[in-house]
Amino acid sequence: MTRLIVGPFNRVEGDLEVRIDCKGGEVVNAEVVTPLYRGFERILLGKPPMDALVYAPRICGICSVSQSVAAAMALADTMKVELPSNGELAINLVHATENVADHLTHFYLFFMPDFARATYKNEPWYDETADRFVAIRGTAAEDMLPARAQFMHMMGILAGKWPHTLSIQPGGSTRSVDGGEVVRLMAILAAFRKFLERTLFGDKLERIANLSSEAELVAWAAERSVTSSDFRRFLHVSSALGLNCLGRSTGAFLSYGAYGTQGNSLFRMGTFAAGDTGSMDVEGITEDLSSSWYRSGVTSEAPAAGTTVPDADKDGAYSWCKAPRLGGSVMEVGALARQLVNGHPLIRDLVGRHGGSVHARVVARLLEIAIVVQAMERWAAGLVIGERYIAHAGLPDQAEGIGLTEAARGSLGHWLSIEKGRIANYQIIAPTTWNFSPRDQSGVPGPLEQALVGAPVREGEEDPVSVQHIVRSFDPCMVCTVH
Amino acid sequence: MSKPFPEPANAERSRLRLVWLQSGGCGGCSMSLLSAEGPDLLTSLEAANIEVLWHPSLSEQSGREVVRLMTRLADGEEPLDILCVEGSVMMGPNGTGRFHLMAGTGQPMMDWIRKLSLRARHVVAVGSCAAFGGMTAAGDNHVEATGLSHDGKRAGGLLGADFRGLAGLPVINIAGCPIHPGWLTETLHQISAGRFSDKDLDEWSRPLSYARHLVHHGCSRNEFYEYKASAERLCDQGCMMENLGCKGTQAKADCNIRAWNGSGSCLDGNYPCINCTAPEFEEPGHEFARTPKIAGIPVGLPTDMPKAWFVALASLSKAATPPRLKENATRDHYAPKPDRKGKAGS
Ligand code: SF4
Repeated sequence: MTRLIVGPFNRVEGDLEVRIDCKGGEVVNAEVVTPLYRGFERILLGKPPMDALVYAPRICGICSVSQSVAAAMALADTMKVELPSNGELAINLVHATENVADHLTHFYLFFMPDFARATYKNEPWYDETADRFVAIRGTAAEDMLPARAQFMHMMGILAGKWPHTLSIQPGGSTRSVDGGEVVRLMAILAAFRKFLERTLFGDKLERIANLSSEAELVAWAAERSVTSSDFRRFLHVSSALGLNCLGRSTGAFLSYGAYGTQGNSLFRMGTFAAGDTGSMDVEGITEDLSSSWYRSGVTSEAPAAGTTVPDADKDGAYSWCKAPRLGGSVMEVGALARQLVNGHPLIRDLVGRHGGSVHARVVARLLEIAIVVQAMERWAAGLVIGERYIAHAGLPDQAEGIGLTEAARGSLGHWLSIEKGRIANYQIIAPTTWNFSPRDQSGVPGPLEQALVGAPVREGEEDPVSVQHIVRSFDPCMVCTVH
Repeated sequence: MSKPFPEPANAERSRLRLVWLQSGGCGGCSMSLLSAEGPDLLTSLEAANIEVLWHPSLSEQSGREVVRLMTRLADGEEPLDILCVEGSVMMGPNGTGRFHLMAGTGQPMMDWIRKLSLRARHVVAVGSCAAFGGMTAAGDNHVEATGLSHDGKRAGGLLGADFRGLAGLPVINIAGCPIHPGWLTETLHQISAGRFSDKDLDEWSRPLSYARHLVHHGCSRNEFYEYKASAERLCDQGCMMENLGCKGTQAKADCNIRAWNGSGSCLDGNYPCINCTAPEFEEPGHEFARTPKIAGIPVGLPTDMPKAWFVALASLSKAATPPRLKENATRDHYAPKPDRKGKAGS
């Protein structure tokens, strides 16, 4: 048995180390180490509750808006304030802009460049793929960066700037937009759609969103040449490398749901396991501290009563990440989980056949781009000129609130408690906290730790490329993981 | 007279080698940088003749390759022109730096930052965290977060007040939470062209190219400010200084001159400037979006104006506020049109 310490990982947001034991050409055991602690939950103690809207987004520069949304929802929960329709739509647009831009960044800048590694240089698809996706010099980044930057003009209009806006408030959005601005939003979306249809998909968004089975996906890919779009390029490489058998995790998935519109939501809340959906019991969420560098009187805490007391010398611990569990179970979160819970037939079919794999995670993310951009077009069209974007309400002196939403990479929750008009407790469970959690008190490894077992390790590899693909398929955000 | 740009035989000049390290921050400055436009980020770096040896979000190399590169640079076996650091330096617990051990090395990131800083011609702190400690240093700062050469307002930080890069400049602080992409790309380009000196830095070692302005410059609420027609709630069109905590008249940055994400700024988003380019902005001593007042007068008036004058002018201008401004100041849509007789029309 040989032990490899893999890291630093780049093209993940933040710092990460993975320790793997290998035997017979594959990984037999993995420990995921989150090596940075910043202490945001402590920073927030004693602050005026509304200041959470300044601090929380700065937990993470890539899921900044999701952090704002979760904080605003937790505050709204304590204030019992309801958002006017325009406010809800504006926040959805801002939130979706971030999530879609993150999916795009992940695909083009974080995930695909691994196929340009020299280790693949003898593969028949290598030259073309490397040309397109090689880090920094690839032609894909050259196409994608200007399209992404122009898409982010949505933020300039609706949120002032990105990241770290203060426009998202418990009662709605501070920024009302007028008729001219609404059509500018529509024009930006139209330009972005053009990039997606021409470059990423090579087809209409509607067509992509409606693919309903693995067979349909394969047939769709075969309609045109591999080089006709970046999605087809990915599907080709993925099938050549068997990515649908790589990196399968626990089989249990969780989504808090996202993008509310007057009582409905685009993506629903719930769980998915063994082919079945289930309802989500918020009370069933706990964080286990057995393998985490924190001191606590108990091994496992409910977030509403959670604590954060760092202890870098704790015996048996190996990560700053806590281990969230739902009803004691390990759960995977992310675009794959969202689409499974929401019942997308293509994703259900892929997972039914091969389990949640590297392939399924990437397909779910791209599919979600096609679905969400269409929803954004509807939301922009639904803004009513002259109506309010925000409702104002007072803050109670004493209250508890919960904010649950979805960042690009999965479920994000904020648990807030206010006493004497100040923040008395603030606990955050971020998406990658779920996915990259260490072992719990029963020794059950987290989703990534499970997904890595069985990954092939080639002779002489120091940083096994299979491990790189699996880790990045989760689109990890390490700065969120430990906040 | 400033130096002429090098001859256009640019391709012949060796490229400036840049390494980027991230520590106790949110990664938001790198993310903001991806929104660079006119031209995009990669083209900007190319135009500035910069070769990115390693950036955590952009480069291919991972793991051992990176550790070997860092080691060669730290040992001086390879030259390093520009070191960019994003995020606070994590010195805790008890000065050990163990709150951030660089993955794959088991060594505190603060040691890597120090070693590479000593070998770099220029050291650039990207964002207020790396410059001053920033957000991560808020609250009780039990993590001992600090900046590269400032710990909040105190000179010092990880590298000490007297630190100079090999080219002779102090740490260049591109302060901001996050940075505007242009603040960094312009500075890198100037460094690369050999046209950046300590005369281009302000009292906090921030590039004057953006820190010579106040956020107040170019704010679309300037007319409301002149007449002290004030917003009362977040969403109102009026000036946010009197009630909503706006620090635009003290904050150094060109946010309302140089648009964010195409057209925006905090003020344009209808929320106040929180002075995020300044040391210790993270602990303002009051609720961010509420102006602290003594006897009804905001504390923290414009820095270079005698208080008595300000108060006198304010009451005078308040008395003269045109109805158009008075009404719009507390509306979320700009409604009445300017009317020749000074009356609000619709
Ligand atoms: S809102 Fe702030 S930046 Fe704008 S005019 Fe008022 S004080 Fe100046």
